[in-house]
Amino acid sequence: MAPAPSSTSSAITLNINGEKHHLPIDHRTTLLDALRERLDLTGTKKGCDQGQCGACTVLVDQRRVVSCLSLAVAAEGREITTIEGVAEGDELHPVQQAFLDLDGYQCGYCTPGQICSAIAVIEEHAAGWPSAVTDDPGPDAGPPPLTPEEIRERMSGNLCRCGAYVSIVQAVARAAEERSAEERPAGEDAAEGHAAGKHTAEEAAA
Amino acid sequence: MTTTTPGPSALRGAVGTARTRIEGREKVTGAARYAGEIPFADLAHGWLVLSTVTRGRILDVETAPVLAMPGVLTVLHHGNAPRLKTDYVGMLGTPPDPTCAVFQNDRVPFAGWPVALVVAETPEEAREAAEALVVTYDSEPHDTALHPDHPGAYPAAGHMPAETEKGDLEAQLAASAFVVDAEYTTPEEQHSMMEPHAATARWEGGRLEVVDSNQGAGWVQGELATMFSLDASSVRVRSEHIGGGFGSKGLRAHQVSAVMAATALQRPVRVVLTRRQTFSLGGYRSPTTQRVRLGAAPDGRLLALEHRSLNQTSTVYEFVEPSAGVARVLYDADAHRTANHVVRLDVPSPTWMRAPGEAPGSFAIEAALDELAERGGIDPIELRLRNEPEVGPVSGLPFAGNNLAACFREGARRFGWADRDPRPGIRREGRWLLGTGTAAASFGAGAAPSTALVTAEADGSFTVRITAADIGTGARTALTLIAADALETAPEQVRVRIGDSDFGPAMIAGGSMGTRSWAWAVTAAAAELRERLAMTTSIPPEGITVRSDTTEALGALARKERHSFGAQFAEVAVDTATGEIRVRRMLGVFAAGRIVNPLTARNQLVGGMTWGISMALHEEAVRDRNTGGHYAPDLAGYHVATHADTPAIEVDWVDDHDPEDPVGIKGVGEIGIVGAAAAVANAVWHATGVRHRDLPIRPDRVLAATGPEPAGGAVDA
Amino acid sequence: MREFGYQRAHDINGAVSLLAADPDARYLGGGTNLVDLMKTGVERPALLVDVRELPLDRVEPTADGGLRIGATVTNSDLAVHPEVRRNYPALTQALLAGASGQLRNMATVGGNLLQRTRCGYFTDLSQPCNKRAPGTGCPAVTGEHHNHAVLGASDHCVAVHPSDMGVALTAFDAVVSYESAEGPGEVPLSDFYLPVGDTPHRETALPAGALITHVTLPAAPVAARSRYRKVRERASYAFAIGSVAAALTVEDGRVREARLALGAVASRPWRARAAEAVLVGAPADGATFAAAADAELAAARPLPHNGYKVTLMRNLVVSVLTELAGEDAR
Repeated sequence: MAPAPSSTSSAITLNINGEKHHLPIDHRTTLLDALRERLDLTGTKKGCDQGQCGACTVLVDQRRVVSCLSLAVAAEGREITTIEGVAEGDELHPVQQAFLDLDGYQCGYCTPGQICSAIAVIEEHAAGWPSAVTDDPGPDAGPPPLTPEEIRERMSGNLCRCGAYVSIVQAVARAAEERSAEERPAGEDAAEGHAAGKHTAEEAAA
Repeated sequence: MTTTTPGPSALRGAVGTARTRIEGREKVTGAARYAGEIPFADLAHGWLVLSTVTRGRILDVETAPVLAMPGVLTVLHHGNAPRLKTDYVGMLGTPPDPTCAVFQNDRVPFAGWPVALVVAETPEEAREAAEALVVTYDSEPHDTALHPDHPGAYPAAGHMPAETEKGDLEAQLAASAFVVDAEYTTPEEQHSMMEPHAATARWEGGRLEVVDSNQGAGWVQGELATMFSLDASSVRVRSEHIGGGFGSKGLRAHQVSAVMAATALQRPVRVVLTRRQTFSLGGYRSPTTQRVRLGAAPDGRLLALEHRSLNQTSTVYEFVEPSAGVARVLYDADAHRTANHVVRLDVPSPTWMRAPGEAPGSFAIEAALDELAERGGIDPIELRLRNEPEVGPVSGLPFAGNNLAACFREGARRFGWADRDPRPGIRREGRWLLGTGTAAASFGAGAAPSTALVTAEADGSFTVRITAADIGTGARTALTLIAADALETAPEQVRVRIGDSDFGPAMIAGGSMGTRSWAWAVTAAAAELRERLAMTTSIPPEGITVRSDTTEALGALARKERHSFGAQFAEVAVDTATGEIRVRRMLGVFAAGRIVNPLTARNQLVGGMTWGISMALHEEAVRDRNTGGHYAPDLAGYHVATHADTPAIEVDWVDDHDPEDPVGIKGVGEIGIVGAAAAVANAVWHATGVRHRDLPIRPDRVLAATGPEPAGGAVDA
Repeated sequence: MREFGYQRAHDINGAVSLLAADPDARYLGGGTNLVDLMKTGVERPALLVDVRELPLDRVEPTADGGLRIGATVTNSDLAVHPEVRRNYPALTQALLAGASGQLRNMATVGGNLLQRTRCGYFTDLSQPCNKRAPGTGCPAVTGEHHNHAVLGASDHCVAVHPSDMGVALTAFDAVVSYESAEGPGEVPLSDFYLPVGDTPHRETALPAGALITHVTLPAAPVAARSRYRKVRERASYAFAIGSVAAALTVEDGRVREARLALGAVASRPWRARAAEAVLVGAPADGATFAAAADAELAAARPLPHNGYKVTLMRNLVVSVLTELAGEDAR
């Protein structure tokens, strides 16, 4: 892409969910509007258009961002993953499955953003990132346990006005447990992790 | 057809079991399409322009420069818009809010009033042109301040009488052993559903089609047809997935302006409100000022109860936030007086918002009860149990079940209430003072006439069609379970189609009446269909369809006090040095009739309680003292509870069965918020010893109440 | 939103010359504030120069034991950097207390320092605002100001700077390096933000068109025991109503070294030098901490509806210093 300095639009290529999309774009178009209005990827939601609700969360180069404050033209050359791209074919992503099983939503409008955010939260935590509620943010402390309090703080950039936070936190916890159970060598630990995940699910559905 | 009302025995199997949402997979994969997401060829985009003055007259709309901008198709305003019919009473018994009947004259009754719609080929072009549109005004002085002794206040009936009175209040207060006389205020609160209002209108084969996000497709269809003087059958409104409503999503400026533009341009036009625009166009919960006076005998029995509430409304529309109504259900007293008053100000029109009346009203009355308990040295739960009414305190009608006491007993047991030391301000954990509080809840369990179509398909499956709305309640799933039981089949054999006005008249998703009303219609149609099937040997290819109408059956229902009840419990931590409050846990135990789907019902009740936390601690839409317009109307300026504000919230229910009730379902959408803010506020008192009678209980208010910490005393080592 | 051109900068001088050529050009970093301001119409640039691909995304140790932070390092990457977590924990805490995980992944260090106030009048084009439209007035003084400044404000503007990160950087004597058409330069963060006076629209000491390239933290052993506490109107995802970055070294019961900066009280992160002067050499106890807070807040000039901030800041300073002193004693 090499627009003339005076041009207010560009022909760009966006790499979304592993697929390349070529499109001319008005520079004013946000990544969110490009997805929704130009590419028919309407799973990414517009709740505030100001970075104040998190409904438009997508992953760019594996990191969660708000697409409403990202310009489409500036997203060229990056790897964009939206809610439409997190499942493996017909098999839901474990975070999606946990939201479905544990009723981690109500109206569903914040849900794609919550799920994209949760996928990143689990990765950030696995990478050892502390949060604002981590007692010791020091580099030697190791990753804090992913307690409900940690999940809540890390997910706070995603508002849910229906008030489904309680079940969202349960869903994120289950998906995180499943992920760490997978990473542990097969044996008792893994079995416990799995059982704990199931237990959470049963509690929530009781 | 004659509507039969099957007894509860006809329901079996699916109802009462936890089921994940039918549309759940679509919602978690992003495949569920909401109103602004359905593609249309040749779609144009409308952007509303709102007034920047608070009161006055439009002098000029300078359309010419904007019409010359790239992509701009038209600018609609009071000078060129078609005239609308507005002198009618709609399906819910109310006239339309003139805020929705856009561009009818040059008056500006409040800041943020719709003055024009700019339509362009792309959203970017529409936005830039709308921002460039110059509108000049003749500005007039305004009054936007609500205060309890406003001279313009007058008694107003909404969906209940304005005032009720029995006994000699002053005499009973004088005779009381202990008395509470306190004023409470709640601020302007915004629905803030995650999906802003959105609609696409188009003419298709001589029919007006509107794809919208609303709480009642039939309701909006009726309003649009009347307003545009169209034959009802020539208007169709669809609303499949709705990103939250909470009372805000009825007829609004976006649908009406989209219809105007689609008619003028003869192409599809989409209008989506910006988050900021929802603050003045989407309705809101009025601020209230309330005064409660209670007097009790030495044993805690109420001798006197007075609850007066004042709310604001716009100069163009009367809306009553009937906060004093909750006392007409929960508590009796020898002298009992309630009053709902309103005052017309130069502000946007308020509307229903989750538990209208009960939410702010329960804050005042339940906080006052807590104060009375403190004065009388009576346990707050015991005080409420001693004042349980035998019959409706105002109506004198019998209750169709009042299980408040059962809720309190079960809640107290689970919350550990018996171990509570009633003295305030004595439990500390680090920098936090801890306290617990409780409150009662009630919400009406009504039903409204609805129709449903149930079809037995040739392949043995069933299709249910009803103009219901699933705004996140799980209605689609609940109706599937209800229909399956009524048809004595498996839920997998039932397809439920909703959100289409072509399916016939039905109650909206509101007033906690949706599921009850729709379930009634579905079970009635299913019962008749089963009778028909019993007499049929084969089903024709088009299936066999039965239509129900519950009007008659509803009319036959005995007049009673029908309500859900609940007991709310909260534990909070307060840092009086910084003013921070954290809710540590909440428990709600409800008597809410038959629970159709425990998974979604629990979620909805928890959601209501989450609103209670948000109402108690965070929410306030701020109006500038000088201009009368909103200050920072966005989700950074208007705080709703985040994940981090919401602790583990437990919900359960007690058996709540009324054998005379043919449906047995009450509603769970609103009872969850009722009393929740009071429980939090009462817990803040228990933690700190300070009563906060003005919501939200923000850090500045906590600090103002407690003052500077003594040197070095901020932290217990 | 006005139409605009877009260019990706690949070298620093190229970026700076694009800005020098066009007064309506702006640098685009994470965009978390600029794009929002473009939507509300506060900013109407003709050209955006995207600086995220400049080689300014490293955090490197300096010879004296400090850190040199590239201007395009994201808030997330800075927060989790091991040296920041080890040597300047209050900076990590300040970063993690800011915005949300999504916004921290986007926002850059340079952009964070240059973010504009969230005053509701500044972002509302229908209202006067001396910062946005010089000479039109400040409606906040008589209007809504419950989260406005109590220190260093003037009748012309009472807005606060919203950064959390900047509060910690201010406490640790950060220095801002920039490149401009006239060549490179640097300015201590304590002089970076201009006094409000009667020119609230002039916010920083950066020359026109200058690009922040680095922020350098000098070695500061005191910072290894530091803390950031932020008070806001909900538990997360909200701007501060008051915050404190503090570092303390206590020896034999007396304060040997102290750093203190306050947030959400002024048009810039507020270095509390008067408080530090009281602290150093005094007994590390509650009376000293309260006296230090009082010394700093003696200059506070609250408005009718933000007086609580004085109480809040006094209590918060005492609370944070008490916690730090308690840790030191362990």
